[in-house]
Amino acid sequence: MDNNHLITTENLTKRFPMGQTELTALNNINLTIRKGEFIGLVGPSGSGKTTLLNILGTLDSPTEGSAVVLGNNTAELSHKNSAKLRNLQIGFIFQTFNLLPVYTVYENVEFPLLLQKLGKSQRHDMVVDALKWVGLADRAKSKPAQLSGGQCQRVAIARAIVKKPALVLADEPTANLDAKNSHHILKTMETLNKELGTTFIFATHDEKVIGYLKRQITLDDGQIANDQVLKG
Amino acid sequence: MIRFLLKGLVRDRHRSLFPILVVSIGVMLTVFAHSWFSGMINDIIDSNAKFDTGHIKIMSRSYAENKDQTPNDLALTGINDLLQQLRDDIPEMAWTPRIKFGGLIDIPDEAGETRSQSPAMGVALDFYGPGGEVERLNIQNALVTGRLPRNPGEILISDELAQRLETKVGDTATLIGSTMYGAMAVHNFTISGTLKFGMKAMDRGAMLVDIHDIRLALDMDDAAGEIVGYMHPIYKDNTIQSIKAEFNSLHTENDDEFAPVMLSLRDQNGLNDYLVYAESISGMLIFVFVGIMSLVLWNTGLIGGIRRYGEIGVRLAIGENKGGVYRSMVLESAAIGFAGSLIGSILGLALAYWIQVKGINLGDMMGNSSLLISNIVRTRITEQTYYIGFIPGLLSTVLGSMLAGIGIYKRQTAQLFKELEV
Repeated sequence: MDNNHLITTENLTKRFPMGQTELTALNNINLTIRKGEFIGLVGPSGSGKTTLLNILGTLDSPTEGSAVVLGNNTAELSHKNSAKLRNLQIGFIFQTFNLLPVYTVYENVEFPLLLQKLGKSQRHDMVVDALKWVGLADRAKSKPAQLSGGQCQRVAIARAIVKKPALVLADEPTANLDAKNSHHILKTMETLNKELGTTFIFATHDEKVIGYLKRQITLDDGQIANDQVLKG
Repeated sequence: MIRFLLKGLVRDRHRSLFPILVVSIGVMLTVFAHSWFSGMINDIIDSNAKFDTGHIKIMSRSYAENKDQTPNDLALTGINDLLQQLRDDIPEMAWTPRIKFGGLIDIPDEAGETRSQSPAMGVALDFYGPGGEVERLNIQNALVTGRLPRNPGEILISDELAQRLETKVGDTATLIGSTMYGAMAVHNFTISGTLKFGMKAMDRGAMLVDIHDIRLALDMDDAAGEIVGYMHPIYKDNTIQSIKAEFNSLHTENDDEFAPVMLSLRDQNGLNDYLVYAESISGMLIFVFVGIMSLVLWNTGLIGGIRRYGEIGVRLAIGENKGGVYRSMVLESAAIGFAGSLIGSILGLALAYWIQVKGINLGDMMGNSSLLISNIVRTRITEQTYYIGFIPGLLSTVLGSMLAGIGIYKRQTAQLFKELEV
């Protein structure tokens, strides 16, 4: 495998049981994603974007074929090892932010580092850095309920990137944001992609996101309909 | 990590304060209900013990064999020494002598001729001795007319008997009976008051006399048909049985038919069967109560787990493994169950202890009742009361959380992730 390859899928197929029959969510997906890419999985609802994102994030495994993520075949990973991989190498950003409401901004961002059992001062430095990247260092002590939607999503980004993962998976990250906040968020992620070399994969059908993508993979009915590089 | 989780637990009232409140209230009610039922059984025991059996009773061996006939010719003698010995050896109990007797009550007219007459049964009590008989039998509140005997030769008779004999307070009543030695006994008393006993047999024709007067009348100097003993503040069967066994072991070698023999409350009037029945009913009630409380607390644990599914999903996505999430849920519920059960047990025990010591006076509620029962209702704390609420409180909270968390293990991560609406 090319050292530059972050993700490789071969004939990746995912079927879900639907009563007596099966629904094919992904059908023979062959894909190679390199480090530092800024990719969008685009397509209508039910096209398989989230299913592919779940498999790439080791939350699910293929029915047939293989998905090798960061050198690990997802089908062979135990629950414990896939959790470890997510903890160390993969960050998630969700449509609805999913911040823990009883914790402060600082504590939300600190949480992934606690799972890594890092020391307090190291955690502090990393959290402060992450909050600076997203421009929320001054809101460290705020609770999510005291923030706007855009700020919440920036906290979610900080939480995803605080551990400096190789890969960030974002499922419709701008769906709940207005245009201004969407652009702000996308710019933040674009900067992080450039400065930290983090690979971003979005599942989206938001036109605003598409404008920022370097590569667009269009899914239709569980298959890759188009895979094109948009920016060099 | 533990500190982080603890912080969340303390800040989120839905996860900490409210479940702890529910568990505390449930456990407190369970503890209190148990002590209340125990107190009720104790009250039944007390009612029987007060009027007849005592918590423990000493009679002569022959008297015990024929006690239904109240054979005073077989009464215990040397009572003063025996009482003193009992009070010295077993000071935790109140000991008091009683004489049951029967005879004819004769009400004379102004000329001293019989105006009316009736057979009657009587109980002689040590009204003003250290045994506390007046308070025990609630005699003051059972008075219909008149007052308690103050002077020698004064008696109380049932109100029904007084009406039948057409007599009143202040009249003379002559007891015609037989002495301890079989001779005829005739003794004049003055009626100081009338009573309503609340028990048909006694209301038909009974009297209460001071034991010193009846000893004089029946020639029973230093004698009594029975000595009854009472535990304070509550009846403890195990203690009573060991006192009985120890006392009787001292007299097993004695063939004398007048040798003292001790009978416990359970040995008399079929009370053993009754107590077993009452304890079974109480056990069933407590079981149902604890069962219901467990379901409520289980449900609290379940709801607590389910409402955190969103948080669990995020934690899984961030990289916490299923086992870690599950363990932290169980640990949190154990902490909540422990805190709630501890607080509930302490509150329940404190309330039960307070009512056990102080009692609740229901005298006003029994204004028209003249039953010879205590106006004071008491709870009773037993060894079981200490853990009857704690264990189900802790277990049901933890089990509820464990059950809610099983979904984490049963489902594929992605499926769970979807269900968690992340």
